[in-house]
Amino acid sequence: MSRTDAVWSAQGTTPDAIEAALRELLAERHAEGASFAPARVLNMIAFVDDAWSGEIANRLRGVGRYHASRLIVFSYEPSRRRLDARAMIAADEGPAPGEMALLRETVIIQIGDRHLDDLVTIADPLVVTDMPTLLWSPHGHPDIVETLLALAQSVLVDSVDEPVWREAIDRASALVTRVYVVDLAWLRSTPWRERVASTFDPPRMRPELREIASVSVRHHPASTVTAMLLLGWLASRLGWEVGRMSGAASKLEGTAHDRSRDVALGLRAVPEQQVPGLQGLTLETAAGRRLSLDRGPGGLHVRSRDAGREHRWLLPGASRGETGILGEGIRQSLLRDPTYAPALQAAAAMCHDTPG
Amino acid sequence: MAVAAGLPTAQAEAENPLAVGLERQPVAPTSLVIFGATGDLTRRKLLPALYNLAHDGALPAHFHLVGVARREKAHEDFRRECEEAIRQFSRRTPDEAVLKGLLENVKYVAGVFDDESVYTRLHKVLDDFDARAGEPLNRAFYLSTAPAFFPVIVEELGRSELDHQEGAEVRLIIEKPFGTTLEEAGELNRRVLAIFDETQVFRIDHYLGKETVQNIMAFRFANGMFEPLWNRNYIDSVQITAAEDLGIGTRAGYYDHAGALRDLIQNHMLQLLCHVAMEPPVSFTAEEVRNEKVKVLLAIPAPTAGDVPNMAVRAQYAAGHSGGEDVPGYTEEEGVPADSTTETYAAVRLEVDNWRWAGVPFYVRTGKRLARKVTEIAITLKPVPHLAFSQAGSLGVQPNQLVLTVQPNEGVSLRLGAKIPGTRMIIRPVSMEFLYGTAFLSQSPEAYERLITDAMRGDATLFTRNDEVEAQWRVVDPIVQTWAQTPGPLAQYEAGSQGPEAANDLLLAADRWRAI
Repeated sequence: MSRTDAVWSAQGTTPDAIEAALRELLAERHAEGASFAPARVLNMIAFVDDAWSGEIANRLRGVGRYHASRLIVFSYEPSRRRLDARAMIAADEGPAPGEMALLRETVIIQIGDRHLDDLVTIADPLVVTDMPTLLWSPHGHPDIVETLLALAQSVLVDSVDEPVWREAIDRASALVTRVYVVDLAWLRSTPWRERVASTFDPPRMRPELREIASVSVRHHPASTVTAMLLLGWLASRLGWEVGRMSGAASKLEGTAHDRSRDVALGLRAVPEQQVPGLQGLTLETAAGRRLSLDRGPGGLHVRSRDAGREHRWLLPGASRGETGILGEGIRQSLLRDPTYAPALQAAAAMCHDTPG
Repeated sequence: MAVAAGLPTAQAEAENPLAVGLERQPVAPTSLVIFGATGDLTRRKLLPALYNLAHDGALPAHFHLVGVARREKAHEDFRRECEEAIRQFSRRTPDEAVLKGLLENVKYVAGVFDDESVYTRLHKVLDDFDARAGEPLNRAFYLSTAPAFFPVIVEELGRSELDHQEGAEVRLIIEKPFGTTLEEAGELNRRVLAIFDETQVFRIDHYLGKETVQNIMAFRFANGMFEPLWNRNYIDSVQITAAEDLGIGTRAGYYDHAGALRDLIQNHMLQLLCHVAMEPPVSFTAEEVRNEKVKVLLAIPAPTAGDVPNMAVRAQYAAGHSGGEDVPGYTEEEGVPADSTTETYAAVRLEVDNWRWAGVPFYVRTGKRLARKVTEIAITLKPVPHLAFSQAGSLGVQPNQLVLTVQPNEGVSLRLGAKIPGTRMIIRPVSMEFLYGTAFLSQSPEAYERLITDAMRGDATLFTRNDEVEAQWRVVDPIVQTWAQTPGPLAQYEAGSQGPEAANDLLLAADRWRAI
């Protein structure tokens, strides 16, 4: 966890004053020791409801080395009239002899309704030029995302946070055409995608990609989107035609078409699962191979049945936890995953009456 | 609707469409066998690397580890030792469930390496793994033993038909040192390649697994601004330094037989030189990258015995001060013979005789117990042809120098001349610095995590090829032989200092060693 090395605060302040204070804090730290160097990786703008800002601060503190080099948090309280701010710079730890210590900056700005129209003019002077900017609005506020989009190269969303999963997919679909989207719901499926990809990686297994007969995904009740994205990923990578899935959110079924073959698709919510994300995946091929992956202690527990023989093994891997997922989301904003948008497009096709 | 992006059938079968976009590429199911499983390298590096791969979910399905070493012990005892090593040396605090899952697939085979029965038992263990998995698993044999055992193990693997596996790949990973002379390296290559194909062999130089070393290629070949200057027309000299502030610690047994030249220059530092001097590869594939490095090594004239005194310097640290403490001299270190003539400092001046580099000296130096720990490459550009400014009252206008720091504080700094604020036009050198640590969020994985993964994937880009290792020895061996014939006494340098005075004799004309 970072320790706060220097703090500045002011009431009724301006972006210029905040920026000047940051420069001064950095100069002071650098004068104390040349080993202190400011991180220059990523700006992150977070727009949060004031009532929940403590929770967001805790989540962001937990991301450790994935902390944006400059984090600008707008803490929003509708009735607030005055713009107050606090700026902090912190190093994870003091510099070891001969090594550098990275400084990260955090600015918390308290704003109200009256500041929203000109929010860009508050944020813009505070983002470090030539450094990519990630935008995150964990409490909704799509209008604010719209306002600040011009400053951002990527937007962080968590589609499982949306109360209606179809709307989450619609919202992400609308965003993805305009900006790079990092969806934490998608990142929760990463280990599963890696494992399915590995299963079919040996050349002798690849022809079986054309033999997949059914895929069923088990998920946390709030993580339908993650499950849909996983199916969407398979569909988009394998060129399946997909249509609307039917049923209740707790159990959805559908069919994809892979040339002359149908692929049965199923999603099932598992109320017992405690954490967001996926609980399990079962994939069957026409030749009778059956592969099941299930979340469990120490990693993914695998059961494979082929030609009547069953094998079980553990794929070790530590749970990243929700803070780990958030940190990964911040890191991913500096990369570009070409498979999310097609997976999202397929997921959208599976959740609407009108294909595509 | 048909959802884009899918690949036509034939292509899908040639490539894995599901691997597209994944940061971590699939690794085939593998049984990894470590020979020398109770050794220091295994405990400090290999086991922690394997744990961290497991923690990240980066080990393949059906991953099994088999330790082979001399001492008799039960599987359970070996697992306990693995657990202790991981707890002590892992860069992360282990997740108990992950650690348990990893250790469940660990077995131990005891015996001396030239005992046929070891390989029979090993064969059975590996076959059992295959049977449990229901498929033949890839096999990787990691030789982390004393080098004398390398050919013995390789030949026993061949004799017991463990060098191939129907329906799966078999790979051989060989730790350094790969020979102690050119002749030994050639002989070892011959014996290894009599059993294994070169595509199966992965010779470790762990420097190549360091992000910082890979960054040299990114720096050179992903940035257009440096390449026009990267030649004899603009570059005056290149200095490559790998300095340690520590002594030999507990490595006397190994180090006193190796010495600084073999320990670092023959492998790691020549790799750094290759990264600086190589031509841009056509593609970033193992063969193309290694082809270019071999060309550089072959362009370095091998010194004759008569050349050696003029192009190589060696010395040994004497007692001195380091980090505010009195420290002993090399021959006073535990385990070092009092009459040892092993060098703890070596410096050489090399030339790369090709169109790009003819006439540019490459100074390479390494040593223990120097003023501080640093590994860097300093490229000094030629001075400006004409200076309009007076140099009176200033430190003088100095040539631009580009420094690539490999460790610690990986970064790039460029020395520039700048005007000192004031009424007069006085120039002094200033430094424009970039630190990689400030520009990335991710923590670099340990070199061994990358190298083990690459070996299991069959990607040899970061491993040394047979002709490459012999080309390295071709440069270094004449120095080794000459020094062997003139054993000493060696010049001394005070611990904590910049090294021996004699190192200055290697420098041409106006060149100076950078301060360590």
